[in-house]
Amino acid sequence: MMSRDVIDIKAETSELHTDKMWVIMGPQHPFSHGLWTLKARLDGEIVVDAEPIIGYLHRGWEKECENRTYPKIIPMADRLCYAASMTYTHLYCMTVEKALGIDIPEKAKYIRIMADEICRIQSHLMWLAAVGTDLGNLTVFLWAMREREFFMDLNVRMCGARMTTNFPRIGGVRNDIDDEFAMFASRCVERFEKAIWDIIAMIDDSSVFVSRMKGTGILSREQCANLGITGPAMRGTGVDFDVRRDDPYDNYDKMDFEVPVLKEGDSYARYMVRIEELFQSCKIIKQCLQKVKAIGRNAPYRLKVPSKVPAGRAFVRMEDPRGESMMYLISDGTDKPYRLKVRSPIFVNVSAAKPLVLGSRIADVPAVMAMIDMCLGETDR
Amino acid sequence: MAGETYQASSVQEISDLLLKNFSGKVGITRTGERRVYAKVERDSIHDVCAYIHDNLTFEHATSIMGNDMVDRMEVIYHLSNYFNGVMIELTVELPADNLHVRSVADIWVGGNWHERETYELFGIVFDGHPKLERLLTPDTYEFYPFRKSYKLRGQG
Repeated sequence: MMSRDVIDIKAETSELHTDKMWVIMGPQHPFSHGLWTLKARLDGEIVVDAEPIIGYLHRGWEKECENRTYPKIIPMADRLCYAASMTYTHLYCMTVEKALGIDIPEKAKYIRIMADEICRIQSHLMWLAAVGTDLGNLTVFLWAMREREFFMDLNVRMCGARMTTNFPRIGGVRNDIDDEFAMFASRCVERFEKAIWDIIAMIDDSSVFVSRMKGTGILSREQCANLGITGPAMRGTGVDFDVRRDDPYDNYDKMDFEVPVLKEGDSYARYMVRIEELFQSCKIIKQCLQKVKAIGRNAPYRLKVPSKVPAGRAFVRMEDPRGESMMYLISDGTDKPYRLKVRSPIFVNVSAAKPLVLGSRIADVPAVMAMIDMCLGETDR
Repeated sequence: MAGETYQASSVQEISDLLLKNFSGKVGITRTGERRVYAKVERDSIHDVCAYIHDNLTFEHATSIMGNDMVDRMEVIYHLSNYFNGVMIELTVELPADNLHVRSVADIWVGGNWHERETYELFGIVFDGHPKLERLLTPDTYEFYPFRKSYKLRGQG
């Protein structure tokens, strides 16, 4: 397989004169997974310039929040990222709790962590399915979506909804989990830990997959940190940072898990990091089930909170399945936020599209961009 | 963090260094666990950010946001350190009649789109930005939708 240097030299020394050409991929394009556009300038097959264009889905989410009372924002936060809805709701509730200065019950913290990790698995499986179709293997798509269904069923048992769950509340969670949920969750996780190996084997044994992922989309550690790329894409580039471990929120500091980091910096490393995160999420879910059981059935899971938030500012950041997300709340003492800012990881990751695809062949662009796991709901807000 | 031999500056060291090197330009408002909150004069924001990036190893700009306080505007920077999880929050106040601040997109390339977003939604101009154009809203918009003077339908 050719490295990037070889490709560059070939492009430079070509005798044949060719005009450079802009190819516009999107907004409705199979590789874009949502509405966004990648303009790529081609010299033959090599990408020499690129520009991402977003904004097709801009709803003015932050402005809408200034018009709503605090509890009414919870279902809206679900819609920021429909593939992992509970993480944003969790983040929003944490931010308001920090502004209120309250500490929620232990049981609610563990249930929230568990919900987060279930969503992380769902989101990563959705990504795996998308990578399957991007690289032309529909079996991976179907198998990953099938595995995802089992975690969707867990969502239904936990809170009654599949995707937009509306489950965390300011001061806790909406309902307690029962013994039946614990039984189903541990069975589901144990089954998944075996079943995922089928998908891994299918990808790793396929030279089509591996040769299109290895050596493409290479970034160095310094570049990656400066570009602001976060999440699994960052950890596949050698940056050893995870908000769950290094700046813990809720009860992540009491959890035992590892943060996978690879130094290669190519698409394959990003894929490997996500696969390892699936196993770590399973590990966290199992620990949470034990902790919730140890706390007991009659422990409180929700606090009553005042409807007005005292004037002040608060921000919380968390590890979303796709990277580092943050909310910043400015309150003026009323029952509506004065300003609520959302920092979306994909918004920044996609702005790094140019350095990611520069120098690669046009056929590799879908494979490289698939590794940042686009989600337009949170990008455009 | 694990396996790194580099020892990044603690919260106390960061606030001391910022106060020592930029006396009169930076005011530490408060500190917390892994958090430093500071106010910065508008003219020295680029110098402070360059110092934080180069000398204190804050490699990542988590977010740059605008805020409309009606009589003045604010730009709030959140900078994070990958070695010890410390975050610095810098606040720059801009008078309502002069919404210009120096861009930091040359220090953190990841700040590029944050500044574009702040420009289009609040009308804050980042001097020296490589491409200060509208990003999320259409190019034809002549108003800044996140300002408090722009009312939503049904908003008093």
